[in-house]
Amino acid sequence: MSAHKTAQNDMYSPWLDDSLEPLIRFENVTKKYGDFTAIDNLSLTIYEREFYSLLGPSGCGKTTLMRLLAGFETVSSGKVFIGGVDMSAIAPNKRPVNMMFQSYALFPHMTVAENIAFGLKQEKRSKKEIRKRVDEMLVLVQLEEMAGRKPQQLSGGQKQRVALARSLAKKPKLLLLDEPLGALDKKLREKTQFELMNIQEELGMTFVIVTHDQEEAMTVSSRVAVMDHGKVMQVATPDIIYEMPSSRYIADFIGDVNFIEGHYLETPIDPFSVSSKLTSEENNVTSSTTKLATFSTTSHGQLQANTEKVLTHHEKVWIALRPEKIEISKDKPEADYNMIQGKVWDIAYIGNTSTYHVKLANGTTIKAQRVNRNRLSKRLITWEDDVWLYWNRDASVVLTK
Amino acid sequence: MSNRINWGRILLISIPFIWLLVLFLLPFLSVFKMSLSDMATAKPPYVPVYDSTAGLAGIWQLITQLDFENYLWLTEDDLYWRSYLSSLKIALISTFITLIIGFPIAYGMAKTPLRWRATLVMLIILPFWTSFLIRIYAWIGILKQEGLLNNFLLYIGVIDQPLIILNTDVAVYIGIVYSYLPFMVLPLYAALEKLDYSLLEAALDLGCSHLKTFWVIIVPLVMPGIYAGCFLVFIPAMGEFVIPDLLGGSSTLMIGKTLWVEFFNNRDWPVSSAVAVVLLLLLIIPIMLFQKMQERELKGQS
Repeated sequence: MSAHKTAQNDMYSPWLDDSLEPLIRFENVTKKYGDFTAIDNLSLTIYEREFYSLLGPSGCGKTTLMRLLAGFETVSSGKVFIGGVDMSAIAPNKRPVNMMFQSYALFPHMTVAENIAFGLKQEKRSKKEIRKRVDEMLVLVQLEEMAGRKPQQLSGGQKQRVALARSLAKKPKLLLLDEPLGALDKKLREKTQFELMNIQEELGMTFVIVTHDQEEAMTVSSRVAVMDHGKVMQVATPDIIYEMPSSRYIADFIGDVNFIEGHYLETPIDPFSVSSKLTSEENNVTSSTTKLATFSTTSHGQLQANTEKVLTHHEKVWIALRPEKIEISKDKPEADYNMIQGKVWDIAYIGNTSTYHVKLANGTTIKAQRVNRNRLSKRLITWEDDVWLYWNRDASVVLTK
Repeated sequence: MSNRINWGRILLISIPFIWLLVLFLLPFLSVFKMSLSDMATAKPPYVPVYDSTAGLAGIWQLITQLDFENYLWLTEDDLYWRSYLSSLKIALISTFITLIIGFPIAYGMAKTPLRWRATLVMLIILPFWTSFLIRIYAWIGILKQEGLLNNFLLYIGVIDQPLIILNTDVAVYIGIVYSYLPFMVLPLYAALEKLDYSLLEAALDLGCSHLKTFWVIIVPLVMPGIYAGCFLVFIPAMGEFVIPDLLGGSSTLMIGKTLWVEFFNNRDWPVSSAVAVVLLLLLIIPIMLFQKMQERELKGQS
């Protein structure tokens, strides 16, 4: 952890500052629908100016969590605070929160300008003020030309921008975005992600976004909360979520991963092992809390990995390996640890990268990814080739859950 | 290819037109012709009558004898315009009451879990399984002086003297509202069911109160359903005859009743035809308004 802390020092990370009061606090919140528990004794904090993602498969409770913030649902037990105020008795129309709906929920009988002005009109602001603010919003989302159109006359991307403008018009402390980019195609989605980040930074607002798209969450967020079955599994910055997942569930949910089951060996039997073989480079990366550990596996001999975890002898672990961190070659590598032999079973060609599905002697498959620097015709490794897979000691994450 | 005549298509399109021609336009022309005739003590009780042996000359002779005398008569006797006005008043008030009662019912139905909705729609339609006439007769049993309602109210002690409801305008309102409620509820329900309820959440989220959300979001969006329901109630209520005849009193004035009296009691077919034609013209105005409204709605959506 400490290594990452130093790397993040210059970035905005209020969750590391204990003196700051969080904007949102969930305290042991449970939400039940009949027998079904949507949110299960959940506690979390979100700070001002964060771009916070709730990520998880459908039905994991992320939308319920957001609707609790907006006030459309009430908690079964526990408390929700926004800006230090208990929200349990505060109606949705009295909260300092605005929401951008998944379906956009644009009022079909109003023009774009009327939609954007709707929230301002409820505040009984002067006509002139409303006009000015609406014009600002139209400029912000680049829809000046469309002010007089009805929602039916807009494209999906335009509707999405109107919905964003409408939810931003009142300058809420907190903006909730429920799968905001779900209906857009990939190109437009990526472009809009950056627009959202710029707007959030420019306006200095707090965004909470619900998404099931892990790439989207990784791109936009200051922190990601991965949820499953009404519980938060891990809250961390995108890089920590990816590089240091806390459980197999997280590792598997975010990106692609190989798991190798093994047992921790307190005193490695292998004659090649440990300290003397470490390169100086690896020694620099590993901090004082991280130590080299050796694991026995049933079919791949002994494997080594650097880990912070305190393990007991013969404890069962999973070594999680990202495909892009595994090297693949036809020649036997020079290293004398973390090597597995296998046969190329399948190649998934994606364009910029290729994923090699390598079948091992015990019948399991490991995925290794390579960047396609050479043209396809010059590809060195092909189907049925005998290959070596190898990785260094920092490439893997040791998981006990 | 495009020049070939598609007979199947023409046949299909012509069916509703033939239907309208045979069942609406021809009878209407017959009634219209009758309204221009004069009453006579004969069989049929009006002149002129078309003489089929005289050929074209007969038709010409017929046309020359027609006049607008009966329409003039409608303006001279105040019974007629009083009947029209009274019908208009009764139809408007009952339409309004039906809307007030029907809206919450339709809203409740639209908000009910999906698996119950079909049952609720069934329950709304259920009264149609009994004859309309029998249901109105049943109301006599409920509303009369020693009827179910009075007995019940006397029993629980709300009143100590039976209420006189039957044979008053109140009974007519009750009968019309009861009979036409399904025609209000069904179109309203159809409109409310289509309503995207996330729009209501969006309005609340933007600081709008519940009551205001009803007026600025729900009402404008279900307006087509409100129009449809109101016209479906207003138009037949305007010409209603059975309900005022059975439930209303002698002072209850409605154009349908006047027409009936003119036709059966006075045997003045030409004047009653004129009454019917004027009623139709009066009803065409709201129907055309409704059409216009729907056209605008469709244009707005495309």
